[in-house]
Amino acid sequence: MILTPLHLCLILSSALFCIGLIGALTRSNAILVLLGIELMLNAANINFIAFWRYGPNPEAGTGVLFVVFAIGVAAAEAAVGLALVIAIYRHQRSIRLQDARLLKG
Amino acid sequence: MTALLSLIVFTPWIGAAVLAALSSAKPGTVRAIALLFSLSTLGLGLFAVANFDPSRVGSQFVERHDWITALNVHYHLGLDGLSLILVLLTGIVTPVALLASWRVERDPRLFAALFLMLQGAALGVFLALDFFHWFVFWELSLVPAFFLIKLWGGPGATRAAYQFVIYTIGGSAFMLLAFAALYAATGTMDFIQLAQLGADGTLAQQLGAVGGWWPKAVFLGALLGLAVKVPLWPFHTWLPPTYAEAPTGASMFLTGVMSKMGVYGFLRILWPIFPTQLHGASGWLLWLALGGVVFGAFAAMRQTDLKRMVAYSSLNHLSYCLLALFAVSAATGQPGTTSVAAIAALSGTILQMFNHGLSAAALFYCVGLLEARSGGLRGLNDFGGVRTAAPIFAGLCGIALFSSLGLPGLNGFVGEFLIFRGVFGLAPWAAAVACLGLLATALFLLTFWQRVFHGPTGKVASSGFQDLSRHEILTLSPLIALMFVLGVWPQFLAGLINPLVTSWASRLVLP
Amino acid sequence: MSLPVQLLWLIPALPLLAAGLGALTPRSGRKLASGAAILAMAGSFLLSCGALMTALADPAAHLVHNFAWLDLGEGVLRLGWLLDPLTAFMCVMVTFVGLLIFIFSTGYLHEDPNFTRFFCFLSLFAAAMLGLLVANSLLLLFICWELVGLASYLLIGFWFHKPSAAAAAKKAFITTRIGDLGLLLGMLWLYDSTGSLLFYDGGQGVLEATALGGLVAQTTIGGLAVSTAIGLLIFCGAIGKSGQFPLHVWLPDAMEGPTPVSALIHAATMVAAGVFLIARVYPLMAVDQGLATTPLHALTVVATIGAITALMGAMIAVAQDDIKRVLAFSTVSQLGYMMLALGVGSWVAAIFHLLTHAFFKALLFLGSGSVIHAAHHEQDIRRLGGLRGPMRITFVTFALGMMALSGVPFLFSGFWSKEAILHAAQGWNVSHLPLYAGLAAVVLTAFYMTRLVAETFFGSARSDEARHAHENSPVMTVPLVILAVCAILLGFIGTPAFPWLQSRLMGQTEVHGHSLFEGGGLMVLSIVLVAIGIGSGWALYGRRPRTTTSALDPIEKISPGLFGALRARFGFDELYAATVGRLNTATAALADGLDRYVWDGAVRFLAALGEFAGFVNKEADEDVLNGGFDATNDKIRGTARLYSAAQTGGAHGYMRTVAIGFVLLVLIVMLGGGL
Repeated sequence: MILTPLHLCLILSSALFCIGLIGALTRSNAILVLLGIELMLNAANINFIAFWRYGPNPEAGTGVLFVVFAIGVAAAEAAVGLALVIAIYRHQRSIRLQDARLLKG
Repeated sequence: MTALLSLIVFTPWIGAAVLAALSSAKPGTVRAIALLFSLSTLGLGLFAVANFDPSRVGSQFVERHDWITALNVHYHLGLDGLSLILVLLTGIVTPVALLASWRVERDPRLFAALFLMLQGAALGVFLALDFFHWFVFWELSLVPAFFLIKLWGGPGATRAAYQFVIYTIGGSAFMLLAFAALYAATGTMDFIQLAQLGADGTLAQQLGAVGGWWPKAVFLGALLGLAVKVPLWPFHTWLPPTYAEAPTGASMFLTGVMSKMGVYGFLRILWPIFPTQLHGASGWLLWLALGGVVFGAFAAMRQTDLKRMVAYSSLNHLSYCLLALFAVSAATGQPGTTSVAAIAALSGTILQMFNHGLSAAALFYCVGLLEARSGGLRGLNDFGGVRTAAPIFAGLCGIALFSSLGLPGLNGFVGEFLIFRGVFGLAPWAAAVACLGLLATALFLLTFWQRVFHGPTGKVASSGFQDLSRHEILTLSPLIALMFVLGVWPQFLAGLINPLVTSWASRLVLP
Repeated sequence: MSLPVQLLWLIPALPLLAAGLGALTPRSGRKLASGAAILAMAGSFLLSCGALMTALADPAAHLVHNFAWLDLGEGVLRLGWLLDPLTAFMCVMVTFVGLLIFIFSTGYLHEDPNFTRFFCFLSLFAAAMLGLLVANSLLLLFICWELVGLASYLLIGFWFHKPSAAAAAKKAFITTRIGDLGLLLGMLWLYDSTGSLLFYDGGQGVLEATALGGLVAQTTIGGLAVSTAIGLLIFCGAIGKSGQFPLHVWLPDAMEGPTPVSALIHAATMVAAGVFLIARVYPLMAVDQGLATTPLHALTVVATIGAITALMGAMIAVAQDDIKRVLAFSTVSQLGYMMLALGVGSWVAAIFHLLTHAFFKALLFLGSGSVIHAAHHEQDIRRLGGLRGPMRITFVTFALGMMALSGVPFLFSGFWSKEAILHAAQGWNVSHLPLYAGLAAVVLTAFYMTRLVAETFFGSARSDEARHAHENSPVMTVPLVILAVCAILLGFIGTPAFPWLQSRLMGQTEVHGHSLFEGGGLMVLSIVLVAIGIGSGWALYGRRPRTTTSALDPIEKISPGLFGALRARFGFDELYAATVGRLNTATAALADGLDRYVWDGAVRFLAALGEFAGFVNKEADEDVLNGGFDATNDKIRGTARLYSAAQTGGAHGYMRTVAIGFVLLVLIVMLGGGL
């Protein structure tokens, strides 16, 4: 099979996504979990850029726009996530995710 | 004045609202305001007397406005001689009852407001000419009465209040159903229109479309509601405990005014709307009325609680009213019936209503005074020799007693004489049997006087029993004065109802 | 001076005014109350004399003044005044006797704390009686009749702190009211049949020919003429008021009132009302005399009751020991005489006897009052005695009264009026039994009055009270003297030789006298009987007076059974207590029991039924409806619980799920061969 630049990018992003997923699932520190999630998001961003650059219409600039929005949303999400983490810390003196079970149904 | 009747009905309610708003008024102010508003009825009633044309038969000062057009309901008030007399009675009894409750210490504001509500409801019943709001007034009168009895009554008041309200509502429910049937058949709830339909037989025809038994069933429903209210023997068992447990002022109003609502209903509703059905039933209704006359008096003889005794005497006295009505109805269309006898019987009924209101209210007040002075005693044998300690009290109470037993020269005689005169002309045997009631009445009322006022000075009378204060004399004196005036000059009241009664008699008695 | 009929109302109005004044006077206003009462009575007396003049000017006329009282549209109730010799004579008697009794009372009761109230009631009593006399309407008469009852009630129970007085007052009122109900029914019947209650009304009155003809023409239950039935019902009223058998039981008990009240009741006001009533409606009572077919004539009943009462009262009086009780039963007996006279057709003789009796009975009662007052309220004749020495005026006047009542011949009024009655009884063509009863009562009357006088005034004083008795003040003795004079003189207006009173009452202007000794045989017989009565009385009681209070009565020694029965008044009170009283109590218990158990039971049953329905409803709701509903809910809740278990609250868990889902998604896409 021939590895085109698109394939390389996709492999990179898949690896990054797996690292992020494993980090998010295995870490118990909430901040590290957030970090993992950011990694997964950015893996998706790499996909967007890759498909745009090697896609049928590289001139339109749509992929960049997608990514800019995704980064903006990720920043807001991180802010909210950190705020939640701080709130949980205030409440429980701990940011271990296993201790935070307030959402239990 | 085009809204005179509305003014009569709603002024007491305005008074109640004013009292409700004055949350920080002193008891003295509250009492004065309540008295003032309750006196409005008398003032407006006398104004109505001055402008009343007694020679006209129908309603006067009529107010008729569209109200709920979809249901053909009108706001319809009207005043004829019968209503006028009852408005006057309410105007006299309520202020006196309020004066009698002057010493109520527990929340006088609520007491007075409830009382004014009661007064307005009673006036509404006497003036409304459409079943819709008539029934509203009729039921509304129960609410303040319930709280007056329950909150300010004696030890058994709660049970009595529930019994009173449930019993009465139970009766009213049947009446409501009856009127629903009437409305279904005729599409109107206006008393005057219904009376016309009743008089020419259309109503029975329309009701009869459902089934031959239907007019009778509807009649019985309406009868039941009114019979409980009056009360007609044997639907009276709520009465003694209620009157006995109610606070004195409320007892005075209940017996003086509210018991008249039932008799009024018989005269205004049942008789005109169901003339044939009443005629058909009056044979056994006459027996029930006689039962009230005779057994009411004899049962009173057996009571040792003075309030219960007076309550039974009320049953006895109101049964005379019903006796006269049923005798007239029974004789309707009979050959040889003279309208003179019917006129006497019906005039007697109306006068008796007024007279009983005065004398029963006075008697309840006297018993209440005995109760207040002895620390809650009201047994027949708890007193003795009170006349020595309180001669004025004994004298005034004696006048009320003799008025109640129908002594000539006092008001009670006139009504009873006319009733007996009429009933004798229509159903002589009934008059003869009813004489037993007269005798028993004399017996128990004199026993009352003898045990309480005569004999050696008892424990209560000897331990600083006070004679009447000026306030108490003032409370009793209007009633006593009227007893004398109406005993000697009954024409004042009779003149107001003559044409009305004559028209009743001519319409319903002659074949 | 004559009084027009229009002003006749003034006669009762004056005492009524005095009564009103007396009611408003405080206790301290003794002079004011008694003065007003006496002045009013004196004024009424003068007016009555004026009325008598008017009436005597034309004795046959019934002067009337009628007016509407209650206009009911078609039926107008009219009242009115009536002036005829009957009214006028009665008014004069009542006011005169009443005046003397009033004056006597100021002395008799001068220590009583309720002095003013006493005169208020006395005036009311007199006013009611006078109103009854002047009434031209049976209704007005009935009104006054009841007021007489009220006043007697108040006065008999005047010493209300005594239970016996309070009970006696009630007994009097209730007993007379039993009769009054008859009167009421009679009145209603009369009104219903004739449409009027006026006695005389220019041809329309109930005592005039048109109405009477109508009444006698109709028959009612048992074939009686309506007039007979009405007459008998009206007579019931008279039976009650005039103390006739069988309603006489209240009269002796009425002695509980102060003695002037007894005098008033027995002489002038109360008991006279019944006799007057029958005399007033005499045309109605007598109209059935012409009927041959009727099973009963009203007057026959009157005569029978009168005869029974006359004899019974006299018999009982023989064995009474209370001075006032003896007199009370003598009143019962004398009223029986009057009824007898009415029944046998001679109402004028009845009225004549009523008038003379009023004077000597008032005299006797006031005399007994004088004795009682002097003897510190000792009324038992066994404990009195020997009073003729210290109380000379009382003794003499009392003895004159006793002779008048006994019918001592020629000089005394009672003789002439009783002769008139016996004569009328002799002439009655139905039966002579009333005559024999009357003659027997003559002996007994003379006997018990002799016994009374002998026991009270002769012999020696048998108690400290009697020993310390002394004559009363002139305010009490002067009325006695005046009444004694009248008791003698009054007889001469009605002797057979000069029957002035009778002819005026009959409406005649001329006096047709017969021989003074008309019906001589009967007169001799009755004189002999009086002599026997007085002689035997004196033999038993006067010659050997009782010495100790506990000594047996001479009759008791002879026949203790008879004496016991008489002393127990034939046991009427006990009989009534056992029958009427029991029936009354039983009816009251029945009425009360009906209420408590039957009617209230029915209400409770309904209430219980309602509660039962509520219970059933509640059970059905909870077990059936709610049960099913709850079960469904439980299932839903169980499912929910199952699902909610997935909501661990742990973020890792959620992410794990997301990851597994993602992987599955990828696998599906890949294995499914691309979407």
